[in-house]
Amino acid sequence: MNTESNVLRESALDSERAAAVTAAQTHPFYWSVRREVWENRWIYVGQLAVAGVFLIGFLFNLTRWLDKMRSLSTTDPAKYWETVSLPYNIGAGALMGTLILMSIFYCSDALYGERRDRSILFWKSLPVSDLTTVLAKASIPFVILPAITFGFTIALHLVMLLLSSIVLPASGISFASVWKELGIFQMWGMLLYHILLAHVLWPFPVYCWLILVAGWARRAPLLWAALPVVVIGGLEKLIFHTSHFAEMVGTRLIGSGAPTDVTMGEMFPTGPMTHLTPIRYFSAPSLWIGLAVAAVFLAIAVRMRRYRDPV
Amino acid sequence: MSVIEARGLRKAFGTTVAVDGIDLRVDEGHILGLIGPNGAGKTTALNAILGLTPYQGELKVLGRNPWAEREQLMRDVCFIADVAVLPRWMRVSQALEYLAGVHPRFDRSKAEGFLAKTSIAHERKVRELSKGMVVQLHLALVMAIDAKLLILDEPTLGLDILFRKQFYDSLLNDYFDGSRTIIVTTHQVEEVQHVLTDLMFINYGRIVLNCSMEEFEARYAEVMVKPEQLVAARALKPIYERQVFGRSILLFDQADRQKLGALGEVRTPSIADLFVAVMGNHAGAAQGAAR
Repeated sequence: MNTESNVLRESALDSERAAAVTAAQTHPFYWSVRREVWENRWIYVGQLAVAGVFLIGFLFNLTRWLDKMRSLSTTDPAKYWETVSLPYNIGAGALMGTLILMSIFYCSDALYGERRDRSILFWKSLPVSDLTTVLAKASIPFVILPAITFGFTIALHLVMLLLSSIVLPASGISFASVWKELGIFQMWGMLLYHILLAHVLWPFPVYCWLILVAGWARRAPLLWAALPVVVIGGLEKLIFHTSHFAEMVGTRLIGSGAPTDVTMGEMFPTGPMTHLTPIRYFSAPSLWIGLAVAAVFLAIAVRMRRYRDPV
Repeated sequence: MSVIEARGLRKAFGTTVAVDGIDLRVDEGHILGLIGPNGAGKTTALNAILGLTPYQGELKVLGRNPWAEREQLMRDVCFIADVAVLPRWMRVSQALEYLAGVHPRFDRSKAEGFLAKTSIAHERKVRELSKGMVVQLHLALVMAIDAKLLILDEPTLGLDILFRKQFYDSLLNDYFDGSRTIIVTTHQVEEVQHVLTDLMFINYGRIVLNCSMEEFEARYAEVMVKPEQLVAARALKPIYERQVFGRSILLFDQADRQKLGALGEVRTPSIADLFVAVMGNHAGAAQGAAR
C-alpha cells in the first residue's frame, strides 16, 4: 500500500516536473511580438519601399549634388558638412517620417483589428494574458519600429556611401575628405539618440492613447482618438484664444519640442555643431509626466482588451 | 470530479437577461450537448465559462474563477468559438510555431499528424483555405492541445455534410478518451445525437432540460399511432403530437412502455423532435404565463 502510494506520488511528481519543463519552454511575450511582426509585415516592407524610393531620388539628383559639392570650399566647415550630409539627413528624415506614420496607423489598429475580424476569440483561447498582449503590441512603436527604422537608415546610408565612393572620384572629388567630414559613425550615434529620445520616449503617451482608443472604439478608432484633441483644442481656442493643447499633442507626435539638443541654426540634429542635452531631457518633468500618462493609458487598454467584445 | 460548477450564474446586457440564474454541473469525461434556439443564452453562458465575459453568481471551471484567471485556465481549456476566427493573415506553419511557443500543452508533431490527413499545406495562409479547411485546421490545432475541457460553439456552422461528419468522427476517434470533457452547441442536432453523453436544453437563459443520454432514452418514447387508437394513446398524456403522412406521432415522457407497445412501434425520439416538443411547450407555457 505504502509503496504503491509512493509510486503514485512519484509519478505525480514526474508529471508535474514534466509539466514544469514544458511550461518553461513557452515564451508568450516573445511569440506575441513575433506574431505582431508576422501580421504587420508592412512595418518593414513600407520602410524598405520608402528607402528604395529615396534611393531612386538620390540617383536622379546625384548630378546636382555633385555640382554643389564641386563649387564648395572647405573654408566654412559647417556649410560644408551641411551640403555633404544633406542627402544622408534627408534619407534618415524620410524614414523617420515613415516611422511616425506607421506608429500612428499601427497603434490605431492594434486592439481594433483583432476585434473586427473576430480573431480575438482565437487569441483569447490561448494562455496569453491581456497584459502580455497589450505590452507586446506597445513594443511595436516602442522597440520594433524604431529598431527597424534605425537599421534601414544605416543600410540606406551604406548604399549611399558605396555609390558615393564610385561617383565622387569619377567627378574629381576626393571621397576620403567627404568621408572624413561626414563623420558617419558620429552621425549614426546622434541619429540613434534622436530616434530614442524624440521619436520613442517623447511621443509614447500619444501612441498609448491610440492603443487605448483602438481597444475601446466600435468603429473608426483614429477619428475617435482625434476627437478629444479637436474638442479640447477648439474649446481652448474659443475660451482662451490659445492652442497649447493641440500644439502639445502635435509636437509630441512629430518629436519636436523635446529638450534633446541645442542645434546651432542647423537643419538637422545630427551635425558636429549640435550639442546634446540628455541631462536636461531626462530631468524634464514633462517627459516623466508623459510616460506616467502613457502607463495609465496602457493599464486602461489592458482592461479594454479584457472587457470589449468583437465588433 | 466536476469540471464546471455554476450556481446562480446570471448575465444581463442592460435590461436583457441572457443567462438567468443557471445551476450547472458538468463532470469529467462527459460530452454535453447544449441545445437551444438563437438568443437562448448558450454563447453567453459559454463565454462566462471561458472567462470572456464578467458574470454574476458562482462559477468554477476546473476549480478556477474563469473571469479572474483566464490565462491560467486556458492551459487546460480549449475552445473553438464560431467558425473562422483563425487570423486570416496567418500561415499554417506560423500557427504551429506560435502555438508551440505560447501553449505549454501543445504537441506540434501531433498537430502535424492531423494536418497530414488533410490537404492543407503548411505554407498556405488561412485566407487561402476554404471554410471547411479552416475548421479542419482549427480542429487539428485544438486536438493537439492536451486540454481537460474543450468547448465548441457552433463549430460546424456553414460546413457541408461531409466536413461535419468528419469533424465529429475525428473528435471522437482521435481526441475523446473518456477523461476529457467536451461541451458542444450546434443547430445540427441530429448529427451529434450519437456523440453526446449528456443533453441540455436552454431557452430564455434558463435550463429547460438536463439529462444524460441514458435517461433520455429511458424517459422519452415516440410512437406512431393508427387513427383508431389515437384516443387511447392521447389518454396516456403525450407531451407532443405531430402528423406525418396522415399518421400521428406521439411523444411520451415517462410513459409505460408496455402500454405504448400496444399502440404501435415504440422508438427513441430524435433530439430534434424532443427539442421541438419541449421548446414548443415551453414557449406555450411562457406565453400562457404572460397572459
